[in-house]
Amino acid sequence: MSVTEQERRVVETPIAPPVWRHRHILDVDDFSREEIGLVFVTADAMKDILAREIKKVPTLRGKSLVTLFYEPSTRTRASFELAGKYLSADVVNVSASGSSVEKGESLLDTIHTLEALGAEVIIMRHPQSGAPYLAARNSKCSIVNAGDGWHAHPTQSLLDMYTIREKLGKLEGLRVAIVGDILHSRVARSNMWGLATMGAQVVVCGPPTLLPESFSRAFPVTVERSLERAVAGAHVVMALRLQKERQEKGLLPRIREYVSHYQINRERLAMAEPEALLMHPGPVNEGVEVSSELTRGVQSVIDTQVTNGVAVRMALLYLILGGRRPVARSEDSARPPGPDSSGFRSGEPAEGGRSQ
Amino acid sequence: MRDKALLISGGRLIDPSQGLDGAFDVLVKGGKVSWVGVGKPPVEDSARGETPETVFPAGGMVVCPGFIDLHCHLREPGFEEKETIATGTRAAARGGFTTICCMPNTQPALDSRATVEFVLRRAAAEGAVRVLPIGCITRGRQGQELAEMAELAEAGVVGFSDDGRPVEDSRLLRHALEYSLSFGLPIIEHCEDLALSKGGAMNEGVIALRLGIPAMPAAAEDNIVARDIGLAELTGARLHIAHVSTRGAVELVRRAKEKGLKVTAEVTPHHLSLTEERVLGNEGGPSIHAYDTLAKVNPPLRTRQDVEALIEGLKDGTIDAVATDHAPHTQADKQVEFESAEFGISGLETALGSLMTLVHSGQLELGELISRLTTGPARIIGREGLGSLRPGNPADIVIFDPEAEWVVEPEKFASKGKNTPLAGAVLKGKVLATLVGGQFAYREGSGKLP
Repeated sequence: MSVTEQERRVVETPIAPPVWRHRHILDVDDFSREEIGLVFVTADAMKDILAREIKKVPTLRGKSLVTLFYEPSTRTRASFELAGKYLSADVVNVSASGSSVEKGESLLDTIHTLEALGAEVIIMRHPQSGAPYLAARNSKCSIVNAGDGWHAHPTQSLLDMYTIREKLGKLEGLRVAIVGDILHSRVARSNMWGLATMGAQVVVCGPPTLLPESFSRAFPVTVERSLERAVAGAHVVMALRLQKERQEKGLLPRIREYVSHYQINRERLAMAEPEALLMHPGPVNEGVEVSSELTRGVQSVIDTQVTNGVAVRMALLYLILGGRRPVARSEDSARPPGPDSSGFRSGEPAEGGRSQ
Repeated sequence: MRDKALLISGGRLIDPSQGLDGAFDVLVKGGKVSWVGVGKPPVEDSARGETPETVFPAGGMVVCPGFIDLHCHLREPGFEEKETIATGTRAAARGGFTTICCMPNTQPALDSRATVEFVLRRAAAEGAVRVLPIGCITRGRQGQELAEMAELAEAGVVGFSDDGRPVEDSRLLRHALEYSLSFGLPIIEHCEDLALSKGGAMNEGVIALRLGIPAMPAAAEDNIVARDIGLAELTGARLHIAHVSTRGAVELVRRAKEKGLKVTAEVTPHHLSLTEERVLGNEGGPSIHAYDTLAKVNPPLRTRQDVEALIEGLKDGTIDAVATDHAPHTQADKQVEFESAEFGISGLETALGSLMTLVHSGQLELGELISRLTTGPARIIGREGLGSLRPGNPADIVIFDPEAEWVVEPEKFASKGKNTPLAGAVLKGKVLATLVGGQFAYREGSGKLP
């Protein structure tokens, strides 16, 4: 499924020169198609950096990032940390356990403390939906949402879309089936907005307790109960993590029953388009959402998602910190990586994102 | 010192208790309404020429009985950082309320003679308006055993409620209803099926789905309203449904009334005017202003269909009263994550302006609105002498300008609770003066509050 250079350019070239207007990244629901396209081309350049032997550029030297995690996380936190470090920013990790949060410090007090310490960007994960909005309203820092409650996971959505575009060459006109616990999934919510903005057709599928019918009124998606019908003709099949507590809370009779009706296995994936992508935001419950043989199978792009996550997060950090600066001032600390220093191909994306 | 008589002259008097709506003057003497009529007050009632009465010119204004609020939270004792009896009653006076019923979810709860008497003493000493406490149904609002309801009745409560939560145990509620028959006071229920609403922070629907907020379905309210009506039928006791917010609950109350049950209901100004969309912030759509905790209230703001059903219920008398459910909170209680934030809206000072929107838009007659703020609630607490300007009744009077526009500025509230989703809104309808027992409890522009 290689993409010719010409096709690639068509996808990448924004229709109208976008102006990056986000100080915070709270969700993708307020991103335009052009802005998402800009994230993609910027991530392409970052990916080139990551392919080098010394994958470090001075772009964000002197900038301070803090990851503030109120929930456990391996890949998202590490991905952000590495993204910051590859761009030479100073990165500090704060997690709720072992911090003043345990002493009862409020979210806003914590945010103000980090601000006073000089943080420019706070990357936060929080178990409550909307917590980054509260932070953004009350802080001078840029707030990046690394997952809030059931609500949004914008960087995951952008890396998912980036991965689809990379593998299939486009998003427009694709059929994407998202399967599983949609109700409690921030990944699903952000992807529903992002994919719809990019012109993909989204079908969501799951049992009614985890996917109320009203989703089709709340989001630009089709609700489908039959996994077979949802997957039929899909170019992408995305399985979501199923938390064991759903059974304890009475939303599912048995995990086994879920597996028999909603697990993505070989037969079901075969109903999708040939060479359809199999995605999962991780961490995977092996043998629950996806059959074990598929997790590492040829159609799985689960590892690519993780790799692309670093590039997409580098792109986002660059755009919110450096990308807004006028070209004339780009020589100083927020210098966009030029072709000689960073591997950005000439003319893009730094200028492309800012002033054209 | 003998009080000078006061003549409120030239206004449009609306007194549903006497079926009056027109150009009548009111003479106040000795703390009571002494005369209502046209032209000169009768000589024996006027000041006999020597000490002419003070005249309050009320041209262009509405003069009516002071409002009665069946449901507010004064927070004292226990939560004085949120509100006190002194500040809450001043907020009431500014809102045109002359009598307010305070809920017993204080710390300690109003479940004993001592705590009720404390509130009454405080109110007598520091209150700007009349305060009538509501006592607990169960001891400590724990839902385990009945509070000493007879003692509470003797101490002066006007009803019983575990507000903030329902009495979950149906058998215990049945006994409370039966026991209340000896005093004839209403059992006031906060109707919420706690198993269904558990963890919920807003109405279940499209907005909650979008925002990913755990939600409470309308059925959580309807279930308990239906159960309670069944128990009211079983016991023949008086049941009052607090803050009705769903179309289903309105319909259940309507049918109960058709059956002749002793069921009454109240609705809040915010449930009559705002919907769940307000949680998205003032601008709607995706924006940084979403997750507005000022719109977090229990029962939650519902849908447009619910609002329409509530207005219809208020108009046809299914809903007897408007009650504010004034729930003051500190900024620290609200400036937190949405699910962690306290439920509640500070509502006493915006009630009239907010309700007048219904009148200005033609959805409700002014007379209907005033009756739901006066005679309706007075009947429920059995104090028909309040909420009526019949000569001889206490001169509890509100004078308001139905056309005056004003901007809601919470920082200027008398209430300690600045938590209102109406901050910055322009409301049309403004209280100019409130009299309690013939004395000004509030007068616009008079600078310092009494």
